[in-house]
Amino acid sequence: MNEAIIKLSAQGLNLWFGNKHVLKNVSVTFPEKQVTALIGPSGCGKSTLLRCFNRMHDLSPDARIEGKIMLENEDLYDKKISVTEVRKRVGMVFQKANPFPKSIYENINYGLKINDIPSKERPAIIERALKESYLWEEVKDELKKPATRMSGGQQQRLCIARTVALRPEVILMDEPCSALDPISTRKVEELIVQLKKQYTIVIVTHNMQQAQRIADQTIFMYLGEVVEEGRTDDIFNHPQKDLTKNYVSGHFG
Amino acid sequence: MKLAARETIDSFVKAAFRTTGLLVIVILGGIFVMLLWNTIAFFAHIKPLDFITATQWNPGGNRASYGILPLMVSTGIVTLGAMMIAIPLGIGTAAFMSEYANSRLRNILKPMIEMLAAVPSVAIGFLGIVIVGPEIAKLAHQANGLNALNGAVLLAIMALPTIITVTEDALQALPVSYREASYSVGANRWQTLRKVIIPAAAPGIIAAVMLGVGRAIGETMTVLMATGNASAFPKGFFHSVRTITATIAIEMGEVPYQTTHYYALFAIAAVLFLITLLVNLAGEYFVNRYRKYQAT
Repeated sequence: MNEAIIKLSAQGLNLWFGNKHVLKNVSVTFPEKQVTALIGPSGCGKSTLLRCFNRMHDLSPDARIEGKIMLENEDLYDKKISVTEVRKRVGMVFQKANPFPKSIYENINYGLKINDIPSKERPAIIERALKESYLWEEVKDELKKPATRMSGGQQQRLCIARTVALRPEVILMDEPCSALDPISTRKVEELIVQLKKQYTIVIVTHNMQQAQRIADQTIFMYLGEVVEEGRTDDIFNHPQKDLTKNYVSGHFG
Repeated sequence: MKLAARETIDSFVKAAFRTTGLLVIVILGGIFVMLLWNTIAFFAHIKPLDFITATQWNPGGNRASYGILPLMVSTGIVTLGAMMIAIPLGIGTAAFMSEYANSRLRNILKPMIEMLAAVPSVAIGFLGIVIVGPEIAKLAHQANGLNALNGAVLLAIMALPTIITVTEDALQALPVSYREASYSVGANRWQTLRKVIIPAAAPGIIAAVMLGVGRAIGETMTVLMATGNASAFPKGFFHSVRTITATIAIEMGEVPYQTTHYYALFAIAAVLFLITLLVNLAGEYFVNRYRKYQAT
C-alpha cells in the first residue's frame, strides 16, 4: 500500500455462514498508526470482515473461516494463540454503544480485572482512558453513576475508553457513529483522529464524508470481495474501477 | 345501524373484561377478609403473644396449646433446604442451557424440564416415601426417612422447573451486545457469565428464586406425605417436621366448626399468606435495586 509498516493483514480469507459464502478471497493490509475505512453497500461483508480480526466469529457455530489473518508476524487463528489474548490486543467498538449495566467506573475496571491488571494500578489507568476519550471532564464527579444513564455519544466514548484502557494494538470500529447525532459524531471523529497517533484503527462506515474526514486508507468492498483499496483521496477522487466510482459518487448503495 | 351495533358490542366487551378484572380483586380481597376475620376471632380466645411464643402446637390436649413457632420453623427448614439444593442446580442448569449448550441440546432439555413441572405433587410425594426417604434413612442410619431433608429434596425437584425456566428466560433476554462487549475485552465464557450475564440478569434470577420459594412454602401434598408430620418441635434436617400447610390440610377436615382450633387454622393460614407476601415484596425490592443499571 505504502511504505508504512503493515500492522494487520488478511491473506486469502474466505468465510462461510453455513453454505453462504460471505467473504471471497479477501486480501487486505492495514498500515500501522493509520485509520483505514471499510466502505461498501449493506451486506457486502464489511462488518463480517472486521469481526474476523478479533475472532468474534468463534461465537457463531455455523461460521467457517479459511485463510490467514496476521497481526504483525503472528497468525491470529493459530491454535497456540488464545482467543482472549487476541481480543485484548485487538479491541473493538460496536455499532450501538454497549456499556455494561454497571457504573461508569466499573465499565472500564471490568476489562482491567479480566486481564489481571493489579488493583493498585487500575484507578490511574481508568482516569487516563477517560481522559484519552475526552470524557473525563464530563464524568469525573459521577463515576459511580450507571453508564446507561449517559447520553448516546458519551456511552460510545465510554466504550472507546474501555477499549483503549487495555492498550490494544489495533482498534476495530463497526460504524461507531451510526446511532449518534452530528455533534456526538464530530466528537468521536476527533477522538479517532487523536487515537491514531497510538493505535492502528480499522473503521467500518456507511458515511462517505466520514471516511474522507478521518481515514488515511480506504477499502471498498462489494458482494464479499475487495474491489479497490488505496489512499482515501485516490479512492474518492481518482477511483480505478467503475464500480468504485459509481459507489463513491452515490449512484448505488 | 351497523355502526351502532358495533359500538354496543364494543362497550359490552369492555364491561365484560372490566368485570373479570375486578373479580380478581374481589376474590383476593374476599380471601384476605376471611382470613383476617377468623384470625381476629382466634385472638379473642388466645393471646397473640402465646400464639407467637408457645413452643408447642397441641390443639387436642387437655391443656391446648397453639404455638405457631414449631410450624414456622418446620416450613422454614424445609424451604431453606429446598432452596439450598434448587438454587445452585437451577441457575447452573439455566446457565448451561443458555450459554454453553448448542441449540439441539437446548431444544431437548427445555421441554423435558417443563414436563418435570407437570408431574403431580402426589406422585413426587410418593417418590419421597418409596425412594428418597428410604435412601436418606440408610445414609443417616435411621428407622425411616420421613424427615425435613426428604421434604427439602422433593420440594427442590418441584421448584427446579420454575427456577430453571425463569432464569433461562432472563439470561436469554439479555442483549447479545453485553456478551460481545465482554468478549471484546478478552473475557472468557465463565468470566462473562459470572461478571456480566448473571449480574445483568439478576432481577430475573431473583424473581425465579422468589417464585421457587413461593412454590416451596405453599406446597402441601408432598410435605404432608414425606416429612412425617411429627408435632414435636423440629430439631433439624434429619427430624420429622410438620409444616404450616400440612397442619392445615391434616386438621381442617376434622376440626369442629367455629371452635378455637378452627380459628387457629385460619390464623396460621394468615401467617402463611403474610410470609408469601413478604417474600414477594423482598423480590420486588431486589428487582428494583438492579433495574437502575439496565438500559431503558
